[in-house]
Amino acid sequence: MELSGAEIVVQALKDEGVETIFGYPGGSVLHIYDALFQQDDVKHVLVRHEQGATHAADGYARSTGKPGVVLVTSGPGATNAITGIATAHLDSIPMVVLTGQVPSALIGTDAFQEVDTTGISRPCSKHTFLVKRVEDLAEIMRKAFYIATTGRPGPVVVDIPKDITDPNIKIPYEYPRNLKMRSYSPVKKGHLGQIKKAVDLIYKAKRPIIYSGGGVVIDNASGSLVDLVKELGIPVTSTLMGLGAYPASDPQFLGMLGMHGNYEANMAMHEADVLIAIGARFDDRVTGHIAHFCPQAKIIHIDIDPSSISKNVSVDIPIVGSVKDVLNDILRIIREGDRKIEDDGLTSWWERIEAWRGLGCLRYEQSDEVIKPQFAIETLHKVTGGDLYLTSDVGQHQMFAAQFYKFDKPRRWINSGGLGTMGFGLPAAMGVQMAHPGKPVACVTGEASILMCIQELATCKQHGLPLKIMLMNNGYMGMVRQWQEMFYEGRYSHSYVDALPDFVELTKSFGHVGMRVTKPSDLEAAMQEAFDRKDELVFMDIVIDPTENVYPMIEAGKGHHEMAMSPASKQGGQQ
Amino acid sequence: MNRHIISLLMENEAGALSNVSALFSARGYNIESLCVAPTDDPSLSRMTLVTTCSESVFEQITKQLNKLIDVVKLMDLSEGDHIEREMMLIKIRAEKEMREEIKRLAEIFRGKIIDVSDNSYVIEMTGDSDKLDAFVHVIPEDHVIEVVRTGVSGIARGVKSLTL
Repeated sequence: MELSGAEIVVQALKDEGVETIFGYPGGSVLHIYDALFQQDDVKHVLVRHEQGATHAADGYARSTGKPGVVLVTSGPGATNAITGIATAHLDSIPMVVLTGQVPSALIGTDAFQEVDTTGISRPCSKHTFLVKRVEDLAEIMRKAFYIATTGRPGPVVVDIPKDITDPNIKIPYEYPRNLKMRSYSPVKKGHLGQIKKAVDLIYKAKRPIIYSGGGVVIDNASGSLVDLVKELGIPVTSTLMGLGAYPASDPQFLGMLGMHGNYEANMAMHEADVLIAIGARFDDRVTGHIAHFCPQAKIIHIDIDPSSISKNVSVDIPIVGSVKDVLNDILRIIREGDRKIEDDGLTSWWERIEAWRGLGCLRYEQSDEVIKPQFAIETLHKVTGGDLYLTSDVGQHQMFAAQFYKFDKPRRWINSGGLGTMGFGLPAAMGVQMAHPGKPVACVTGEASILMCIQELATCKQHGLPLKIMLMNNGYMGMVRQWQEMFYEGRYSHSYVDALPDFVELTKSFGHVGMRVTKPSDLEAAMQEAFDRKDELVFMDIVIDPTENVYPMIEAGKGHHEMAMSPASKQGGQQ
Repeated sequence: MNRHIISLLMENEAGALSNVSALFSARGYNIESLCVAPTDDPSLSRMTLVTTCSESVFEQITKQLNKLIDVVKLMDLSEGDHIEREMMLIKIRAEKEMREEIKRLAEIFRGKIIDVSDNSYVIEMTGDSDKLDAFVHVIPEDHVIEVVRTGVSGIARGVKSLTL
C-alpha cells in the first residue's frame, strides 16, 4: 500500500482503532484534513476553539480509557491546545495530539503561524515528537499511541511539518504492530518481595486505611480494590481523582480526603498506623501540611510511576507496578493464607471512625428561600438515580459535586483535578457524550468557568450532543470569594462577575433549551424535565445562595486533624 | 548535600538534550556541569552531568531522568570507584619574567602550551575539576584572560560499565 503522509496519519488512526477525533483545521494541516474528508471510518468533531478539542478528547479518554485524539494546526492552534495538554498531563490521561507545523524548510524562520510546538509542550506532556521524514511517520504514530497509553499514561504531542503530509509524495505503508523501545519499557508486575512485606504489615495493622487515587480508575482496578477492601474489612478513602473507583454508597467508604474532604476520612488518615496508598500521588491538596501528614503511619505506596514514590512523603514499602496487577497479587497472597488482621478485628478502629462520621461534616443549612448548592447536587443525584456521567469545571461547584454526588462507578466523575482548569467541563462533556451516545451526561459548572469555553455550545448544536448543563450561578468566582472572605478580611478583589449574560437567552441563541430556576421547591421538577428532554441540550441556570462556603476545610498550612467545620455541622443541623 | 556524577545514555535524537535540561530547570534541580557527545554507537549520546543536592532530591533526579522517554540507561558514577576528567583551555597573559614562571607552573600541573604569542599562552590541561581549579588559582588573577572548560566526563573503574 502506497500512501502520502496525510493518508498515513489517517490510516494510522484507523490502525489504532480510533473512531473519533476532535480538531480544528488550519493551513498546516490542510493535507491531513483533505485525507480525512475522503474516508468515513474516523469521525471528526469540529470544535470552536482548540482548547475545547483537547478537553473533549480528554473527556472521551477519561470516560472510556481509550486514548483521546486531537488534530490542530500550527502556531495559535497549537498554543490554544496547550492548556488542555497540561490538564491531561497532570491527571495522567492518555491523549495523542497531532499538531501541524510550518514546512520543514521554514522551521526557525519565524514563518507565518510558526511556533516551537515541541518546545512549548515538552514540560506539559509525556513526550513530544517532531516528524523529520515521512518515512518515520508511521512508526512515530505507533510510538505516540504506545507511550500515551502505557505505564503512567499521558498526552503525547506529534508535530508534523506540512511538507511531510504532501499528497504528491507516496511511500509504502506498513503499520509497525510490534513496537519495542529500548528506552521505554514500563514495569507491570510489582516486586513480589515488596508485596509480601506489605501484606505482613497490613496484618499487623490496628488502624489501617486505604488511600485510593486516580491510578485505580486509570488502571481499571476498581474491582480489585473493592475485593481487597471487602476481604480485609478496612476503611477506604479516595482522592478527588479516584472518586467512583470504590462505591460511595458502601459503608466502608469514608468519602473524599484532603482540603475539602470528609472529617472522618481526614481524621482516620491522621490516626492511622498503616496507610495503603494506591495509585495516588500525595498531592498538597490531599496531604495538608506535610509535617502533620499521617504522623503515626507506616506507609505502603503502590504506583506505576517510580518518580511518584517518596516525592512528597517518604514511604516505608514502595511497590512499583500496575495498580491492578499489584492488588491482584496482594489478594492472591491474602486468600492463600488464613491470617486475620490481629487486634480485635478492627472493632475499636471502626468505633472511632463511626464517632467521627457521626459529626456529619457535610451538614448544611437548608433553606426554603434560596437554592443551596449542596441541595442542587443532591437533587441531581436523586433525579439521575446516581447513574450519570458528570463533568465539572473548577471551583466551589466542583467540590460540592465531589462531596454530594455519590459516585458508585469509576469513569463517571470527570474533572480537572491536578491543573484545576476552568473551562474544562463543557468540552469534556462533549467528549464523554461522543463516547457514550444515548447515555445521560451532565456538566456542573459555575458562571465564571462556563464562560471560558462557552463557544462550544455551537459544537454541541452541530453534533447533536444533548448535554445537561447545571450552572451553579452565584454571581461570584465562588472559591476565590470564599478565600477572600476567610483570608483577606472580605476584600472581594475582582471575584464578582459583573455583567453576566442572560444564560437562558444565550443558550437559546445557540439553538438549545435554556431554563432558569430560583426556588428550591422548583428544582427537582425542573431537573426532571431537563433529563426528560433526551435529545436536546438543556442549560439550567440555577441561581444559588451566593454566600455558601465549602466545608469542611483544611486551611493551607494545617494538618488533617485541624479541619474547619461548617456552622451547620457544629450545631448538628439538617443533613 | 553531596556531589553526584550521573552518566547517562540517551537516544541521539533532536530534543533529547533539551528534555534533560528542561527537566532540571522545571523542577528546580541544580546542574554544575553537563557534557554530551555521541558514542561509538551513532544512535546513542552519552551525557555526564554533575549536580550537588540532598540524597532525597538525588533520588528524584534519577527517577525523573529515567522517566524521560529518550533516556535509555543511567548510572551514578560517584556511587563507586570512578575516574573523572575535565579539560580546560586557558589563555594567560605571559610577558617578561612571567613567561618562564607560567611555563613552569603549567609543567608542574602537566599542562601543555598549545598556542604562543608575544604576550600570551594558551594552555591545555586535563584532570579532575579540583586540579583545574587549583591551577587557575595559582595564576595571578590579572593574568587570566579566558577560561574554557568542557565540564566533567567520567567512567567507572574496572569492568563495570554503562553500555547497552
